[in-house]
Parts: sequence; C-alpha cells; structure tokens
Amino acid sequence: MGALSAVTDADFQSVVLNSTKPVLVDFWAEWCGPCKMVSPILEEIAALHGDKITIVKLNVDENPATAANYGVTSIPTMNVYQGGEIVKQIIGAKPKAGLLADLAAFI
Amino acid sequence: MEQDVREVIIVGSGPAGYTAAIYAARAQLNPIIFEGAITAGGALMNTTEVENFPGFPEGIMGPALMENMRAQVARFDAQLITDDVTSMDLTGDIKTVVDGEGNTYKARSVILAMGSAYRKLGIDREQELSGHGVSWCATCDGFFFRDQDIAVVGGGDSAIEEATFLTRFARSVTLIHRRGELRASKIMADRAHNDPKIKFAWNSEVVELHGEPKLSGVTLRDTQNGDLRTIDVTGLFVAIGHDPRSELVKGVVDLDAEGYVLTQGTSAATNVPGVFACGDLVDHTYRQAITAAGSGCKAALDAERYLAH
Repeated sequence: MGALSAVTDADFQSVVLNSTKPVLVDFWAEWCGPCKMVSPILEEIAALHGDKITIVKLNVDENPATAANYGVTSIPTMNVYQGGEIVKQIIGAKPKAGLLADLAAFI
Repeated sequence: MEQDVREVIIVGSGPAGYTAAIYAARAQLNPIIFEGAITAGGALMNTTEVENFPGFPEGIMGPALMENMRAQVARFDAQLITDDVTSMDLTGDIKTVVDGEGNTYKARSVILAMGSAYRKLGIDREQELSGHGVSWCATCDGFFFRDQDIAVVGGGDSAIEEATFLTRFARSVTLIHRRGELRASKIMADRAHNDPKIKFAWNSEVVELHGEPKLSGVTLRDTQNGDLRTIDVTGLFVAIGHDPRSELVKGVVDLDAEGYVLTQGTSAATNVPGVFACGDLVDHTYRQAITAAGSGCKAALDAERYLAH
C-alpha cells in the first residue's frame, strides 16, 4: 500500500484527461482534516483495484487552476474522469464501504 | 471474526473518547477505541486555532491537538480501530459491538463518546448545493471563496469562529442570525463586531437557496416582520449547532428530548449497567474540548470501578 501519486496543473491533461483507464482525482489540501481521513482509504482502494482505476491526488493549494476549472468549492472532492470527462463526483469524506459503493461502476 | 471478551470498548475519538482511552489504558483495561472511519479526531479536526485548551499558552491547531491526544493513547496498551460502529447490543453483562467491516467485538463495559453532528438548515436544495457553495466546514472550503461575498449562518462561538476565519479569504462575510444579538461569548462577539469584513443580517433566517449549478444567492426572511430579501453570496457556511449522534443507542439508553444521552447524577453512568457516556453526546450546555476531556476521564474511572465489582 503505497502513497498515491500526485498530479499537477501542468500534467493534468496527460495523466488524467488522456488516460485510457478511469482516473479518480482526489482534490485535497494540507489544512483539510477530512482529506486526511479519506487519503488512507483511497490508498487501500488503489491497492485493491489499481488495475481498473487509477487514483491520484491533486493539491489544490499548489494547483489552483485545475480546482477552479472544475468548480471545486469543497474538499475532499473526488472526481472520476473517463475519456477526458467527469463521469462521477463524490464530495466529502466517506467511509471505505461508502466510497466502494460510489465507485462500484468502475471497479 | 469473533474476539475475546475485553474489559472496555470506547466508541468515539474526540477529546472525550481519547481521554477515556488514556485513563482506561493506564488502568490496564486494554481498551479498544473505535475512532470512526472518517470522523476520527472528532469535531476539532475541522477547527483551526484552539486558544482555550489549558497547557498550550500559544494556542494549538485543533487537528494537532487531536493528533497529540491520539499519540498519547497509542503510548499505552490500547487498540485503535479506524472504523465506525454500525450496531451495538448493550443490555447484557457482555456487550457486543459490530464495526463497519462486520467484525464483532465483545466487552464487559462500553463508553459512548460519539459526539455530535452538524445540524442542517432543512431547506430545499441544501443537499444538492452542498459542495457547490453550501458548506459545514470553513477550514476545509474557505480557501475556494477568495475575494467572493459569502455568508455564515449562526450566532454562536462556532459561527463567529467560522466567519472570522473566512475573512482571510472572502471579500465580505455576512453573518446571518435569527436573533438581534449574538449568542457567542463576549471575546468572540467583539472580534466579529470589530472585523471590517463582517456584516450582520440580524433577525434573519435562510429560507431559499439560489443558483445552478453553484450557489449564487440566498433569500432571507425577517423573523420580526416576515419580509423577504435576497442577498448575493457564492458561499454559505452553516454553523447553527449540532445534534448528538445517539441514533445507535436510541431505545436502549435513556435520552433526553433532544437526543442527548442521560447520565446519572454527577457520574458518567447511563441507565444501562456497564454503559457510560461522555463528551458532546451528553452535554448540550458546555460543549468544550476541555469539558469533553473531563467527562471522558470520569467515564473511564466509572467504568474501572464498575469492572472491579
């Protein structure tokens, strides 16, 4: 179970939008308590289902353009991108079972 | 997965749960603490500077305080489980607790410290716009409202804390309060009154949310004369109080009319033998980190005494 890799404003297009696999982007920040709760759960899900869905993190402090572009006003927000489009949006921290249920279509 | 019968299980991980855990662990009761899958650390995880917890002369950040308490628990013989409890059977001599993964745990006593949850406005479109302008966590979401006009609903200390924090980012913060004066402590109220970025909408309640797909404004109703007016805001932070998270024990443990767990006399004992309660779950009066910690201590000592018999 390793740490999730980070995407930035600069590589969002290539890593997320151009991916052939669905990509879950976890919009987070250092100062967000609930984000810290959800991060290890996402690591577990990535370890279990990494073959079907890529899970990456985007620090909204360091990458404000992408967060603004997608209208993120609350974190954690977890957007799933497929073929360059948002196909699922999860707002707010949830327990593992809740996240797995929300992501059932992708895993 | 079946487990041995333990001495004590603690449900909840705010100042009450962690303090109970420290005392129970030092009493060699080897407690299990259910911290919550996403709520570990409790309400203080969503706060900023805590200036009134003794022992920190310069103040301390809420999440840091909780990380310290957790680390203090972890020093001793205690088992921390980052999961929710989904059901409890508290009536017999041996109590049973089931977690979110379906694992069953047994113990001779249980300390309830589930705290409270944010109260919602209860108006149309609140859920739909949550995360799209409507928020319960200024520290999580304030950052996204830089140079925007936003509002906070509420008149207590937590509403003022949110409003004051949000002025770091926002162009203006309107404090919407259904009374004509603040309920907050004097130091907090003075802080709000002296902040040039904070405006007040007195005697007002939010009756309608506007905007698609994001919040663009709210309609306020004057609580005195019923007049309606709309203000343009892109963010609405709700700080109108909390409700105790007692739903799991409803019908088993005695609750008051508002859902708070009732304890006997000055103790932490509930009406169910071997079941103790502490923190915001029992307290609609003080609701402070330090009072929660104190009641967690009482619950652990009461449980220790109960187990000795």
